[in-house]
Amino acid sequence: MKVLVPVKRVIDYNVKVRVKADGAGVDLANVKMSMNPFDEIAVEEAIRLKEAGKVDEVVVVSIGVEKAQETLRTALAMGADRAILVVATDDVHNDIEPLAVAKILKKIVEKEEPGIVICGKQAIDNDLNATGQMLSALLGWSQATFASELSIEGDKAIVTREVDGGLQTIKVNLPSVVTVDLRLNEPRYASLPNIMKAKKKPLDVVNAEDLGVDVSPRLKIKNTGEPEARAAGIKVGSVDELVEKLKEMGAV
Amino acid sequence: MAVLILAELNGNQLSEDATAKAVSAAKELGEVHVLCASSDCSGAAQSAAKLSGVAKVLCIDSGVFGNGMAEPIADLVVSISDDYEHIIAPATNSAKNILPRVAALLDVMVITDITAVVNSNTFERPIYAGNAIQTVESSDQKKVISVRTANFEAVAASGNANIENINSGIVSSLSEWMEDKVAASDRPELTSAGAVVSGGRGVGSDTDFAMIEKLADKLGAAVGASRAAVDSGYAPNDWQVGQTGKVVAPDLYVAVGISGAIQHLAGMRTSKVIVAINTDPDAPIFTKADYGIVGDLFKIVPLLTEEFKKTLS
Repeated sequence: MKVLVPVKRVIDYNVKVRVKADGAGVDLANVKMSMNPFDEIAVEEAIRLKEAGKVDEVVVVSIGVEKAQETLRTALAMGADRAILVVATDDVHNDIEPLAVAKILKKIVEKEEPGIVICGKQAIDNDLNATGQMLSALLGWSQATFASELSIEGDKAIVTREVDGGLQTIKVNLPSVVTVDLRLNEPRYASLPNIMKAKKKPLDVVNAEDLGVDVSPRLKIKNTGEPEARAAGIKVGSVDELVEKLKEMGAV
Repeated sequence: MAVLILAELNGNQLSEDATAKAVSAAKELGEVHVLCASSDCSGAAQSAAKLSGVAKVLCIDSGVFGNGMAEPIADLVVSISDDYEHIIAPATNSAKNILPRVAALLDVMVITDITAVVNSNTFERPIYAGNAIQTVESSDQKKVISVRTANFEAVAASGNANIENINSGIVSSLSEWMEDKVAASDRPELTSAGAVVSGGRGVGSDTDFAMIEKLADKLGAAVGASRAAVDSGYAPNDWQVGQTGKVVAPDLYVAVGISGAIQHLAGMRTSKVIVAINTDPDAPIFTKADYGIVGDLFKIVPLLTEEFKKTLS
């Protein structure tokens, strides 16, 4: 069985986001970009499935600008076997919407025929939390979102999910789309020899147009602004003073 | 056209606070209908019918929808979607699972976690962990939307809507529910509590987390945790407050031993009053807190608990 893992190139988790003053968006020029942290967890899980003999091949795919090649190379250095880059825009500020991403992924799935797709539950840039569910819908497959445990047993996957009050375990038919949550695993770092080896692994490049998918957005971004600022308050010297202040404000 | 709200159910009971906040976001957009789908959900339908501003409740009593599985519920919503321009649910994990599937089946973009309704096509939503707020205008015929409940006031329970029982031939063959592990608690629910006490890595261990719980219980508060505390095993997953956990906006938020990473701040920055207790005077949490105490939380928290015991009893 083959596993397909979509990965997204996003602003690095540790970079402070700067909102452009003209409301046009977040400045992504010359900032450090990395693999979406949830997608790293998805890549790690796929590699572990391969190491456990549950799958034979790990294929990673990224959709976006040409530079997303770097993100794919990172996944290859972690241990993925092969990569596909779908170039859908030449501007890093042009975020391809999950619906279009899901349509592109559907085309890739039809060609590659994986037994399971494992993806991050959300990207830390648009925070939409949608691509996995949308892909599952378009394929007519089962879905298991927010996974904190995954095991493959024959033609089913058993997935423990993070739900509002705790955990839920479900059994889904394969093929399936699984989206991963933070606590599924801790992704490995790529070693230097593996980074060198990754440069020689196959990476195919295709264009979104060639796949016949319209990537024009459904949501027009009218404005991107700073959130309402919250002024720093005061430091109090003692517990008594704190309780007094809270009482004054009617907070307790 | 009317608005369809997917009721948030906990088993066969209505999660009234979350659903009432979604109704509040939806009521400007058209006549509000609420869908309750579960086994034995007539009680939930009756609670939904009382929510002010609801015109009709659709109740479908079927085990197929009993455990909140996304595939059959998405099919159900799509099957009745002709009459609706907006399909809305509170942004709970349950709705986050279902709504994007609904949107893809309708060939529309989902709009998640909205914090404000500008007009019937235009909405505000946070991006980059709340570090920016985006205003988006949808060009789709139907809008599928999840609502960040912390940003909307719940409607009152003073209505009296009609309940219409409906049927569907939808079957579920793709997935199967096995087990829920949900901890029972007498504490208020995290996302609707009036006060929240959260602990971070500074608390140091799961046994010491009891101190946080004690303070919370004294205040009648829910207990939260930072991602660091959850990852370290001090607190269960569903206590996590932040970008990828729960978003809360209580009247009082007490952050204990939490440094204040942006991912955590994204989950609590709209709280009315924020109190921070931390040993590090430069911790970023102090830049957001109304009141901060620099010091050893192991001394301060018991003192504070004691003080509240005196003043609140």
